[in-house]
Amino acid sequence: MKEIVIISGKGGTGKTSIAASFASLAAEKAVFADCDVDAADLHLILKPTIRQRTEFRSGHRALIKSNLCTGCGRCIELCRFEAIAKRKSDDKIPEIDPVACEGCGVCVRFCPSQAIDFNEEVCGEWFISDTRFGPMVHAKLGVASENSGRLVTLVRNEAKRVAKDKGAAYVLIDGSPGIGCPVIASLTATSLALIVTEPTVSGNHDFRRIAGLTRRLGVPAMVCVNKWDINPEKTEEIKAYALQEGLTFAGMVQYGKTATIAQRAEKCIVEFPDSKMAADIKNIWVKVNEWLKKQ
Amino acid sequence: MKIAIASGKGGTGKTTVSTNLAFFLCEVNDNVVYLDCDVEEPNGHLFLNPVLSEKIVSSIPVPVVDESKCDICGECVRFCEYKALVRLGKTVMVFPELCHGCGGCTLVCPQHAIQEQPREIGFVESGNSGKIGFVHGRLNIGEAMSPPLIRGVLRQIHSDGVNIIDAPPGTSCPVIASIRDVDFVVLVTEPTPFGLNDLGLALDMVRELGVPHGVVVNRAEEDNRDAENFCEKKQVEILTKIPDDRRIAECYSKGGMILKDVPDVRKNFEELWNAIRKRVKE
Repeated sequence: MKEIVIISGKGGTGKTSIAASFASLAAEKAVFADCDVDAADLHLILKPTIRQRTEFRSGHRALIKSNLCTGCGRCIELCRFEAIAKRKSDDKIPEIDPVACEGCGVCVRFCPSQAIDFNEEVCGEWFISDTRFGPMVHAKLGVASENSGRLVTLVRNEAKRVAKDKGAAYVLIDGSPGIGCPVIASLTATSLALIVTEPTVSGNHDFRRIAGLTRRLGVPAMVCVNKWDINPEKTEEIKAYALQEGLTFAGMVQYGKTATIAQRAEKCIVEFPDSKMAADIKNIWVKVNEWLKKQ
Repeated sequence: MKIAIASGKGGTGKTTVSTNLAFFLCEVNDNVVYLDCDVEEPNGHLFLNPVLSEKIVSSIPVPVVDESKCDICGECVRFCEYKALVRLGKTVMVFPELCHGCGGCTLVCPQHAIQEQPREIGFVESGNSGKIGFVHGRLNIGEAMSPPLIRGVLRQIHSDGVNIIDAPPGTSCPVIASIRDVDFVVLVTEPTPFGLNDLGLALDMVRELGVPHGVVVNRAEEDNRDAENFCEKKQVEILTKIPDDRRIAECYSKGGMILKDVPDVRKNFEELWNAIRKRVKE
């Protein structure tokens, strides 16, 4: 079973549109994982029917018990995240800002009056669902919650488990933008990363950083350029850099209105088979499979 | 004044709006600062082409175990919420990339065998782009945690100036670190199902934080009212609508400023700034 992750560095280059099309092309042979847990969109196209929903509990959050607190201020001194303060200078009891608190537990351990609770936190929910193309594992991170990396790991592991049970050939992962915590969690130890970029100065800049991350993590990467005809020169520049860095060039998708039309119809681009974009995406899927076969 | 530009979905035009807003404001205000808090993928410099004059390395304190003092009692391993310390045979191993730098392990160690040393996670660079003050952070490739670096960028806010903060996409920790102390958040969206779905998530986030906010609709189409209907339903003000225009996309692709190349958008930035000023009382 091959785990293919679709990432981009820069946001909005078309990761989810391509992932949804791949879902259609790999129908019944794959399990889909939406690892963009704090701005998930894949469900808008795959329209999952939720079969199982589970709370995501992770980490702890400190809470001062006002009846036991003596207001000594030891917790304020020890907190490295500036999460504890007295709201007004003459307040006796400090407050913990739940957004700034990183759940390290230092204040809890060193409070001389044992006045701080440390309860496990519900940080969101995750789901196992059915779609018209096969099973999907996805999640929703709680509003202003932490631990997106752990939720990504959980979604990936569940998707792998479902894929194993089903004997699926692929797990297709829709990743998140950036190069930080959730991206590292969705990328580590996958079979292949497909980087979706666009021919803009920022697309090119961000592509180089995400390509650097795949190299650092030892994950083989392919690159495709979406909306390539917006700036053919930049496209060539990206292609040249990819080849120079030993990445495989997977192809290009031309700019077109089909992307938005498909989104509004809750369909993937390849469900508009006569469109030029669909043909371009199918070619990329062929290239990805040729690459996987060679391994 | 501190104004953050955020979005939920990536690629909706945060950097276009924030760099051009800074450019627009610097014509009438001598103290405008652009701060790029998208430290994972900072792009503002590609459009503002700043002259960078200062670089500050950003680091977090991580533990170093003195094996001559450590008796492998495991207290630090049990305490660490991030599993950054692991007992392996007769040693305690540190996984520095998992460490949040809370300092708990140094405090709980009965043998006083743990010291801290700084570990670089990235750097903050600053300088000028013409009249605009410029600050950005660049996270080192392979680092997971951006909030400490984002806080480093925000330490360079000019308290008496107009600060334009370019936030990262999404709705989790890095965004929250970027926008939690601002006076106003501009949420940039596009009138597509993905754009509006993620705008909904971003609205939940800013409402949870209690920060005043409004919406910029980017790539607005004349014959489509999805964004207007969505914002009406969610009772959020639309500050301006920037039209869908291939000239804007091409200008952006080359690293140009749309205020220079597509003069029609000047009225959008006037409208945006007037709407922000009305909502933020100095």
